[in-house]
Amino acid sequence: MSDLLSLTAVEARAELDKRSFSAVELTQAYLDAAAATADLNAYVLVTGDHALEMAAKSDEKIADGTAGILEGVPIGVKDLFCTKGFASTACSEILKGFIPTYESTVTANLWSAGGVMVGKLNCDEFAMGSANETSAFGPVINPWQAADRLDLVPGGSSGGSAAAVAARSALMATGTDTGGSIRQPAAFCGVVGMKPTYGRCSRWGVVAFASSLDQAGPFTRNVADNALMMQAMASHDPKDSTSSQEALQNLTAALTAGVKGLKIGVPKEYVMDGMDTDVFTLWEQAQTWLTDAGAELVEVSLPHTKYALPAYYIIAPAEASSNLARYDGVRYGLRVEADSLDAMYEETRGAGFGEEVQRRIMIGTYVLSAGYYDAYYLKAQRVRRLIKDDFDTVFQTVDALITPATPTAAFAVGRKIDDPVTNFLNDVFTVPANLAGLPGISVPGGVNADGLPLGLQILGRAFDEATLYRVASVIEAAAGFCQTPQRMAGAVT
Amino acid sequence: MSDLVKGRTGDWEVVIGLEVHAQVLSKAKLFSGASASFGAGPNEHVALVDAAMPGMLPVINRECVYQAIRTGLGLKAQINLVSVFDRKNYFYADLPQGYQISQFKDPIVGEGVLRIVTADGSTRDIGIERLHLEQDAGKSMHDQHPTKSYIDLNRTGVALMEIVSRPDMRSSVEAAAYVRKLRSILRYLGTCDGNMEEGSLRADVNVSVRRPGEEFGTRTETKNLNSLRFIQMAIDYEVARQIEILEDGGSIDQETRLFDTNTGMTRTMRSKEDAHDYRYFPDPDLLPMVVTQEEVDALAKELPELPDDIRDRLIDTYGLSPYDASVITEERATALYYEEASNGRDRKLVANWMTVELFGALNKSGKALDDCAVTPEHLGALVGLISDGTISGRIAKDVFADMFETGKAPDVIVEEKGLKQVSDSGAIEGLIDTVIADNQDKVEEYRGGKDKLFGFFVGQVMKASGGQANPGMVNDILRKRLDG
Amino acid sequence: MSVDKTTVAKIARLARIKVPEERLDPLARELNGILDWIAELDEVNTDHVAPLANVTGHALRMRDDEVTDGNYVDDVLVNAPEAASGFYAVPKVVE
Repeated sequence: MSDLLSLTAVEARAELDKRSFSAVELTQAYLDAAAATADLNAYVLVTGDHALEMAAKSDEKIADGTAGILEGVPIGVKDLFCTKGFASTACSEILKGFIPTYESTVTANLWSAGGVMVGKLNCDEFAMGSANETSAFGPVINPWQAADRLDLVPGGSSGGSAAAVAARSALMATGTDTGGSIRQPAAFCGVVGMKPTYGRCSRWGVVAFASSLDQAGPFTRNVADNALMMQAMASHDPKDSTSSQEALQNLTAALTAGVKGLKIGVPKEYVMDGMDTDVFTLWEQAQTWLTDAGAELVEVSLPHTKYALPAYYIIAPAEASSNLARYDGVRYGLRVEADSLDAMYEETRGAGFGEEVQRRIMIGTYVLSAGYYDAYYLKAQRVRRLIKDDFDTVFQTVDALITPATPTAAFAVGRKIDDPVTNFLNDVFTVPANLAGLPGISVPGGVNADGLPLGLQILGRAFDEATLYRVASVIEAAAGFCQTPQRMAGAVT
Repeated sequence: MSDLVKGRTGDWEVVIGLEVHAQVLSKAKLFSGASASFGAGPNEHVALVDAAMPGMLPVINRECVYQAIRTGLGLKAQINLVSVFDRKNYFYADLPQGYQISQFKDPIVGEGVLRIVTADGSTRDIGIERLHLEQDAGKSMHDQHPTKSYIDLNRTGVALMEIVSRPDMRSSVEAAAYVRKLRSILRYLGTCDGNMEEGSLRADVNVSVRRPGEEFGTRTETKNLNSLRFIQMAIDYEVARQIEILEDGGSIDQETRLFDTNTGMTRTMRSKEDAHDYRYFPDPDLLPMVVTQEEVDALAKELPELPDDIRDRLIDTYGLSPYDASVITEERATALYYEEASNGRDRKLVANWMTVELFGALNKSGKALDDCAVTPEHLGALVGLISDGTISGRIAKDVFADMFETGKAPDVIVEEKGLKQVSDSGAIEGLIDTVIADNQDKVEEYRGGKDKLFGFFVGQVMKASGGQANPGMVNDILRKRLDG
Repeated sequence: MSVDKTTVAKIARLARIKVPEERLDPLARELNGILDWIAELDEVNTDHVAPLANVTGHALRMRDDEVTDGNYVDDVLVNAPEAASGFYAVPKVVE
């Protein structure tokens, strides 16, 4: 079984076509892996019977030569995506028991391509968090451990997705990234996570957190798998007004195109206090790898970088405060009975939303309220434009940017924090790309002194995912990252 | 002519602004593909988007946008090629999203004007501030159960145009005239059916009073008035209430009020504490809306002729009275009927026949123009028969009554009943000779100076002819005969 | 710009979230921590900078006026905590 788990998606697809084994066997292996790694709490719902039915159908398609590009590949779905007939809760009490009668466009695309749904993956409640510690289903444990064997966070909000791919209880997983929620957990878990250009993937059927920032994206073990999954996920969706009609480039070709002749920028403002030395060292190493591969590395400036986080923490909560108004106990989800409608709203939302979500709704409500709109929200939107302009200027002279994905490696679960702002700083490198709507990918570059994975982030121009895959492939090859987490399914303990 | 209201301590000027909500005529809703039509069972015309399910997103209906533009053009207003949709955030059971998608700072239509005709026939231009698109809310029923309210989302998400006037009106009569005219324009354009009883057109009135020449006073808003009569009543009540408070030395609270249709009074709707903070911000699920000048021009080209333009044309070209022109152009159906009926006929006479005889008959029978038996062609033909002397105006009234009953053509009725006017001078002379012969004594009296007897002779001749003698000819020939 | 207990209570009311009395002060502290940090933005000169509300660069796409949705009352009500005769049921609202 663990042999099956060791295959990448590209390899598994090839073997399935050769009938080396069946899709049902492959799916069973992953279901077993999910069971074996259940203590990581990556899954909130394993849809075993359904998965095997889907796998059986995949076998038929493989047999009659109509296999899709993901045929038979076991995929985990972040519980932020609405999956028809299966509980979709955004990992919140307020949506416990909600069973959508509809399928999100992104997951529908995956099933059309032949993917098999293993189950729903844990995440921070309503995607708000960067350690997967705010979930109503309890925290996710990173399959990676340092020598002290303490439980570490997988990152967030797509902590379950990253952990499952790292632990090999999913061959691929979907995530969403609003401020770094794919790239940061990917870095913490030593997997590849891509946030495409805003508008690449449809948001229809994805529980909305911050509408102008949210974007679905793929988690995979390596870059080639990631490009494959990206191809299946992306589409123009007329049901989403923010969905783009830009055609996806040839990502497969990008995997082998190399970086000769590319100009890659190193933004000087990304050197920050609080950044681990190991992270900085890896960043420099990556620059050498890229130079050796024929790219030209150039120092660039993104002057407004440090304002991205505060701007984000105005804009995202503001949009969220409005997006989460629909969770009111009237039409679905939790209802706490009360004598009046208003009391019902207050009791339901008070009981149904966790502390982090409540805090963000309150901040969002406040910054939009009368008298504060100009000083906060409008100000943040102006700063957002400056941040985007910084990128636009820089991309006139370079084709991509290389930065660390996170300032540190994964930290301990239950780390005591006095103020919420400390947690926000996890996203310092990832948030600017969300504000500007640009694509970003996190690729494992190595491990730190504790043996924990570190990720490198590549950012690119809007709709130029191909260049990201070019650079990511080169980094991956150069890094030769082949370590595996201690608590991976099939690992020798 | 002054609209000033006399208070105990002096004169007061009334200042009125109106916000009218008009449901857009379209097949589907503003941001979802569910049906916008009326009358379905509960929650049948509800898409997942309307029910605000997790992950649902709005997509705008082009026709609703075009209807708003058409309306803006009909109000001679500025069309804003770029406009933005904002979220208006508040909690209520009939608002599933917890916000209404509306337009706050950048509406689709800007300033315009609407011309009203006041009671004395003069015209006034009322300024239009703006028109924007927004979602309608659902319906809550509070009286079906002792402890529960029931929610139907069929109406949720139907497109509304909110049309905001400048505070240019100075009396409740003007306000009613404004709504009436607005309704007429909307119906002409086909952008709203204007059915106030069914709720497709409703008005909120902003009322304040001030001493002439002073600054605007504090205004109150009275919501959801769904008839012209209620609009007037609510305004009149508010004006009296406010004047009384101010004359007693008090001040007006800026607040929202509701009109009680049973008592004719307004009452406070919300307390100050609960004033809504709507936290408007641009809807991030929607992008700025851009329409091109070409699109707007194309819509302008297809617009039907508007009531004011038709009215002016009827007055200037056909010489109709302003009153008749206004009545005829109130509804597009009536104006079209008139055009057809009066084509090639005496325009003024047709207008007169429509406004007096036709509308009289319709009112009496409770029928509407579109299910009346008299076609425009037939009405025109009837007037034609009068113009060419075939029948007299008097006889035409009888013919019309028959046409209204049976739907037959006038010439058919005239033929069947033998009502042709006698204009044969020989025949008339014959009749006159007979009458004169039979009334020698009266002839003597007339010739002796009793001028009034002329009418007697006319009457006798008409009677002898069964009403069919051409009255003009009778007059002429009788004059010659009697006066010698 | 900082918030006190009263303001927190007001915001909670606007957001329709019941916050227990004992949480008000701690919450005020947490929110103030965030607001103080956000105030860093005041350093940036944004005179003459237009706000950026969305990053897509394309204009709003419009759809045709056709009835393509709705007519599935069961789907609409199936997740409702309480429904009756085709309606959603909620505690009575007194207007």
